[in-house]
Amino acid sequence: MPGKSGNYHTYYELDAIGAMFVEVKQSKALGLSIVYVERGASLLRVPYSDDIVGDPESGIIHGGVVTTLLDSAGGCAVLSLTPTDHTIATLDLRIDYLQPAEKGQDIRGFAECYKRTRNLAFVRGVAYHEDRADPIANFTACFMSRAVGPMPGLEESA
Amino acid sequence: MQTFERMIALKEEGRFREINRLIPYTAFVNIDILDDAAELTTVMRQTESNTGNPNIPAVHGGVVGGLLEHTAILKVLIEGDYTRFPKIVNLSVEYLRPCLATKDTYARGTLFKQGRSVTNVRIEAWQSDETKPVAAAHAHFLVG
Repeated sequence: MPGKSGNYHTYYELDAIGAMFVEVKQSKALGLSIVYVERGASLLRVPYSDDIVGDPESGIIHGGVVTTLLDSAGGCAVLSLTPTDHTIATLDLRIDYLQPAEKGQDIRGFAECYKRTRNLAFVRGVAYHEDRADPIANFTACFMSRAVGPMPGLEESA
Repeated sequence: MQTFERMIALKEEGRFREINRLIPYTAFVNIDILDDAAELTTVMRQTESNTGNPNIPAVHGGVVGGLLEHTAILKVLIEGDYTRFPKIVNLSVEYLRPCLATKDTYARGTLFKQGRSVTNVRIEAWQSDETKPVAAAHAHFLVG
C-alpha cells in the first residue's frame, strides 16, 4: 500500500529496515529474525527458548516476547511506508491472546500497515506458529510519525 | 509439587520475590519485586539488552509491555484468591513518555474490577518520577 505521495523513492529501503531491526539489542537477545519486509507489511520470527518462558508449568513463552515481536513487526511495516526524514514511535498497542502458544515452537509475527496518514500509522497483525489462519494472538497498534530527521540506524538508507 | 501450588505456598509465607523468580522471563529482562514497598511494586533494572531504539536510548516498547503484563499477573496471583494460574485475555498499552534504557523502571498494578470469571487490572510504569508515567496499561484475566 503506497503512501499518498505514491513515490517509493522517498521511503526507507526495505533491506535496511530489516537490518536495522535485527541489530536492536533486545532483538539480538531474543534471536529475532526477519522473514521479509515489504511495502506495508512484515513477517518476523522469534525462536523458542527456555529463558523466555512465562508459565513454567506449561513452558509457554511470556506475553512480553509476543508483544516485542509484534511491536517490532508493526514498526517494520510502518517504516516501509515512512518518508526518510521521519522517525516513528509506538503510541499504543493491544494484544488479544486467542490460544496458548505451544511449548518448543518458534513464533512468527506478521503486521500490516492498513492506513497511513502524514503523522499516524494504523497497524494490525497476528502471532502464530505455522498457520496464519490459526493465530496465537491478534495485534492492533497505532504509531506516531514525525519529520524530525531519519530513524537512528537508517541514516544511510535515507 | 506443581509450580502453581508452590507459588501459593510461597504467597502464604509472603515470599513474593521467590514467586517472581520462578518465572524465567523475569531473569531475561531483569524484573524483581521491591522488598520494602507498601504495595506490590516491580522493578526492571537497567539492562543493556532491553534496549529498543538505540538513539535515545530507550527500552524496547515490547519489553515495557512485558513488564506491565508481568506486574498485572503478579498482582492477580498475589492479591487475588484463585485456584489456578491467571490466564491473560488481553492487554492494552499506552506509551506516554520515552522509557530510558539508562534507568530502572518501576510498575504497580491495581485490581480495578474483580468479577467471578474475569478480573480487570490497571498498571502504570514510571522511572524517576512516579507522577510522570512512561507507560500505562489495562489487562483482563480469566480467573474462574
